[in-house]
Amino acid sequence: MQLRSNLPPGELDKKWDKHRFEMKLVNPANKRKYNVIVVGTGLAGASAAATLAELGYNVSAFCYQDSPRRAHSIAAQGGINAAKNYQNDGDSVFRLFYDTVKGGDFRAREANVYRLAQVSVNIIDQCVAQGIPFAREYGGTLANRSFGGALVSRTFYARGQTGQQLLLGAYQALERQVGMGQVRMFARHEMLELVLIDGIARGVVTRDMVTGKIESWAADAVVLATGGYGNVFYLATYAKGCNTTAIWRAYKKGAAFGNPCFTQIHPTCIPVHGDYQSKLTLMSESLRNDGRIWVPKQQGDARPPHQIPEHERDYYLERKYPSYGNLAPRDIASRAAKQACDEGRGVGPAGLGVYLDFGDAIARLGEGAIREKYGNLFDMYERITDENPYRVPMRIFPASHYTMGGLWVDYNLMSTIPGLHVIGEANFSDHGANRLGASALMQGLADGYFILPYTIGHYLASARLETLDTDHAEFKRAEAEVDGRVNKLLGVKGKRTVDSFHRELGRIMWDHCGMARNRRGLEAALQKIPALREEYWSDLSVPGESASLNQSLERAGRVADFLELAELMCRDALEREESCGGHFREEHQTEEGEALRNDAAFCHVAAWEYAGPDKRPVRHQEPLQFENVTLTQRSYK
Amino acid sequence: MRGAAGTMKLTLHVWRQKGPHEAGRFVSYQAPEISPDMSFLEMLDVVNEALTTRGEEPIAFDYDCREGICGMCGMVINGIPHGPRRATTACQLHMRSFKDGDAITIEPWRAAAFPVLKDLVVDRSALDRVIAAGGFVSVATGSAPDGNAIPIPKENAELSMDAAACIGCGACVAACPNASAMLFTAAKISHLGLLPQGQPEREARVLKMVAEMDAARFGSCTNHGECEAACPKEISLGFIARMNRDYLKATLASGRRAARAGDGSAG
Repeated sequence: MQLRSNLPPGELDKKWDKHRFEMKLVNPANKRKYNVIVVGTGLAGASAAATLAELGYNVSAFCYQDSPRRAHSIAAQGGINAAKNYQNDGDSVFRLFYDTVKGGDFRAREANVYRLAQVSVNIIDQCVAQGIPFAREYGGTLANRSFGGALVSRTFYARGQTGQQLLLGAYQALERQVGMGQVRMFARHEMLELVLIDGIARGVVTRDMVTGKIESWAADAVVLATGGYGNVFYLATYAKGCNTTAIWRAYKKGAAFGNPCFTQIHPTCIPVHGDYQSKLTLMSESLRNDGRIWVPKQQGDARPPHQIPEHERDYYLERKYPSYGNLAPRDIASRAAKQACDEGRGVGPAGLGVYLDFGDAIARLGEGAIREKYGNLFDMYERITDENPYRVPMRIFPASHYTMGGLWVDYNLMSTIPGLHVIGEANFSDHGANRLGASALMQGLADGYFILPYTIGHYLASARLETLDTDHAEFKRAEAEVDGRVNKLLGVKGKRTVDSFHRELGRIMWDHCGMARNRRGLEAALQKIPALREEYWSDLSVPGESASLNQSLERAGRVADFLELAELMCRDALEREESCGGHFREEHQTEEGEALRNDAAFCHVAAWEYAGPDKRPVRHQEPLQFENVTLTQRSYK
Repeated sequence: MRGAAGTMKLTLHVWRQKGPHEAGRFVSYQAPEISPDMSFLEMLDVVNEALTTRGEEPIAFDYDCREGICGMCGMVINGIPHGPRRATTACQLHMRSFKDGDAITIEPWRAAAFPVLKDLVVDRSALDRVIAAGGFVSVATGSAPDGNAIPIPKENAELSMDAAACIGCGACVAACPNASAMLFTAAKISHLGLLPQGQPEREARVLKMVAEMDAARFGSCTNHGECEAACPKEISLGFIARMNRDYLKATLASGRRAARAGDGSAG
């Protein structure tokens, strides 16, 4: 396998402009002759599908939800970054680029990240023009707030519902194209196979989730925008339906998987409260603008928070990272919370929680001001916990939230399979080993609105693609494979439910491949996962049939893929003998307990190649070169 | 009154329907050992796990984000869409809103425009078609001016956001005796109509969206106000009044515009 990143030569700030000029264009009159499949309709998928249709391509879009508007981008709360420098506080494209590269612990490509920072400004303009009701100042201009890992205010927001509003903007642009007949939208359709013809991505096989019908779709290019795989942990802030199936199918067809072990554990989620729990809920990072994080200084201090006097509290982020304080990046804040709980200073029923306290902010700004900024988040907290965060501090704990890893793509967002493009969280992305807050929305929309629409044209104009339809033998073969897998799941007829397996897998991953990892644990996980997989295929119970709406069957297919992906994640975590960003190997830390990178040996992307059912996958390396920033130990002190 | 270790024992009467063309009926289930800290959907998960273990088909219901924002979940609980707690989706409703021994009736959204697909799952694609008819600003990617080029009074942006908060769950339709989608449609029309970006298409938008709403077999508004009471995002009934004003203005102006565009379809 060859990893060609196709980075354009030249100065960092000229690369994208130069590349845009050098890419081939498709004649406007010819665009309607090309068919493009987009799988997933979150920020990346909806914006790409809409924009490609505006350009004149024929687009078919698929999502597993009942409407494209429901993709989980909708749940992003806090905001979207852009280097507008509207606050006159020293922001610039280069500073956003630098913060993102540093935030990712120097494990992302410089050129990609710089391009991301460049187009960030266009995204805000586009979204405003679509009618996104961003927060405004009294003078009518756009408001900003601060987010973790930055010392400037560059985050644009719409109350605590920024993801919702941005997604609705993209969804509306998409529906406009649906109305015009330029996009065919297939909701409640799940992609279950990628189809390659002569080594080139030429279509997908889907299952209609209402009728169970297995169908093939041919195209000139396929775009996967199917999000991240953090539900491998079972308990996560993801929507319940988020899954790895689309990218895992592509991986097994030859697309390299980049940095699978790079997962983000978000520091501010509502703690687990019972065995029956189905998901974890995030409390936006924006709360750290005004909330102060603390635990008691004393171990096992069981007093209610208001009885613990000021001098007996440890505001550990402010203590350890005085310059960034409560706005330290996510990986660092999560690890610090874990450390406090490991020391026996955690709060709440199981001692797995820390306080996020608004007492000072309410005293300083008044309850009204806090309600205006975060009212909906406070309400949500109260609905879940039955506690009033205006009176008692919130209790929070880290949870799986985002995956920086994903399918490897080149500068053109194309995977190692020609014609297969991967955008948004589904690709291995621009976030390196840790994503900064408010950067996911930025990346999803950058890929969908402003990058893929150019690069896919270049691919289509350069490739020589034969006309074909779904009668081709490869489509029939793929359909038969999908059918076989579905029947296999229904045919196990064992005793255990899908969810019970998923929970068990999640527990293994959280314990051994979560916030802190070590060789012993990862090796243990690599024993446990195949054993669990074996049990899965011999004791799984999936009631019902294939030819109708069957949610157990849907989940069973997804968990089968998670059971394979989990092993690759652990393998990747084991091989990366360093700590960087969200990947913390206990063997590699500084005396102060901070992540210790090994740039000499690991300044590269690990891209894994599938080698066959019972073979070890092959680890390839794409070296990362840093010409514009100096590799340093990340310091937020 | 709570049972062992603070748990509750409940009886559920759940609408079961195998497919879109089959007759449905209520089936009763026991739900023992329900913790008050469970969400309503987690309670159904527990019931479904038990059904699955017995080899029976679990109750089908839509869900996704489980944090009240995607709009995917929706069921009528004891006659109220999303259940008894105000401004709360079914996924955010917690069992502490019920008490030990309660009987709970669970049904799908009922509306001609929302055919039942299975059990509690309905087809809400009619709402997407209403948006596709005109719920957007026609601005192609790349053609936008600077974000701060047009200042927008904070008050207008806030009011627009109030309308934009709609999650498209369809509870308003389910609550309405006429199965009207006026609150849903009015929310989008108001969100865009309150912003300068939404002005150029304001008249065409309301005419097209209302026409599509009628075509999709949603009923008309007769001012019951049930929609506002059921809305998990507390979208105000005032937006319907706003839409009606826009519709009236647009109808009067449509002859003029149709003549100018040489197109009679806008009316």
